[in-house]
Amino acid sequence: MTTQASGDALVSLNGVNKHYGQLHVLKDINLQVRKGEVVVVIGPSGSGKSTLCRAINRLETIDAGDISIDGKHLPEEGKQLANLRADVGMVFQSFNLFAHKTILENVTLGPIKVKGVSKAEAEKEAMKLLERVGVGHQAPKLPAQLSGGQQQRVAIARALAMKPKVMLFDEPTSALDPEMINEVLDVMVQLAKEGMTMIVVTHEMGFARKAADRVVFMADGQIVEDSTPEEFFTNPQSNRAKDFLSKLLTH
Amino acid sequence: MDLFVTGFKNTLILFFFSAIAALILGTIVGAMRVSPVPAARATGTLYVNVVRNTPLTLVLFFFALGYPKLGLPPIDFITAAIIGLSLYTATYIAETLRSGINTVPLGQAEAARAIGLTFGQTLTLVVLPQAFRSVIPPLFSVLIALLKNTTVAAGFSVAEAGAIRANLSERGEPALVGLLWVALVFIVLVAGLSLLQRYFENKWRVAR
Repeated sequence: MTTQASGDALVSLNGVNKHYGQLHVLKDINLQVRKGEVVVVIGPSGSGKSTLCRAINRLETIDAGDISIDGKHLPEEGKQLANLRADVGMVFQSFNLFAHKTILENVTLGPIKVKGVSKAEAEKEAMKLLERVGVGHQAPKLPAQLSGGQQQRVAIARALAMKPKVMLFDEPTSALDPEMINEVLDVMVQLAKEGMTMIVVTHEMGFARKAADRVVFMADGQIVEDSTPEEFFTNPQSNRAKDFLSKLLTH
Repeated sequence: MDLFVTGFKNTLILFFFSAIAALILGTIVGAMRVSPVPAARATGTLYVNVVRNTPLTLVLFFFALGYPKLGLPPIDFITAAIIGLSLYTATYIAETLRSGINTVPLGQAEAARAIGLTFGQTLTLVVLPQAFRSVIPPLFSVLIALLKNTTVAAGFSVAEAGAIRANLSERGEPALVGLLWVALVFIVLVAGLSLLQRYFENKWRVAR
């Protein structure tokens, strides 16, 4: 492991299993992510990596096993679950900005309604975040008026506004035009440098090499490899990973 | 002429209060029908299916004739008519709104939950505002139907616009002329609602 050991795992998955009917999408997943760690989850489509990411804030329920965040077990539905989700930032493939609210309102909604921050305070904080991700001048616009890359950066700002302990990224650049991918990745690399704990499901191998502390390779619902980026990309252990990497590198 | 004024005043009173009550009740029932709680869903479905399948005349009949026999506090005819019209119209509002809720992408609710909003907050702050925007035209159709349904209350002793014609004919005025006047005023009232509909459609056009 490359990062400094700083106590117990911030995100901990133990013996997690999930089925979609007959399909066993998550098989005995064990994963510990420590504070400040950046873990990139890669793998072929259908390998269960998005499901894994969504299970961490219970957007997907699990059939067996245990998930805890900062020592707290994921509660069932209700107020406690909402409180826990407030500590976990989530960035979606399709941005999911609130379509009827302005950029600024998208970022301030959570702090005002969940944390009880005053409107003035929330707006001040939101403007700082929007400036930081480079879309401060777009604040009064509606999401539909922004490009995909800009929308995704707003989505990152919206998640950061809750001051989360960990950020989940579920294929954040997969719905973007190629020329917009980098503007989003730059924000993520910066975030990683600042010490944010991140779990990133992505196909961007460049990001994995540049910013990840660990690469987790998933296939058929299982974690097949869990190693450093250098090790994974230069010396993959399993045939499944070798096969996956060889297909990527031919292009 | 006095009768004309009283009649349409009552029509507007019936419409105004029934519309507000039906919008509130319809929103609650619509929300119940998409709720994750099975009991709430079942209650909402039962209510919609029972009341919507009952002819409005029977609903009003119940409040005019059945209700006083139940030994509950007595209510005047106009209040009874408002309650009946509200309960009836709310089922249509609920169903209209439910179709609107289904047009809001699932990702909107997921994003709301992901920042820590509760189910109720997700519904009222994110899903319902977008659902309302997408069902403005059918919602106004329901309201226009309500406006015209107020005439049914005439059969139950509320002197509203529909009663004018009957009264005019009794006095020997030509029935057709009376009918035409009533129809004309209804067209004007409905045109007002249509203008309001257009206003909301324009105001919320940019939302998506």
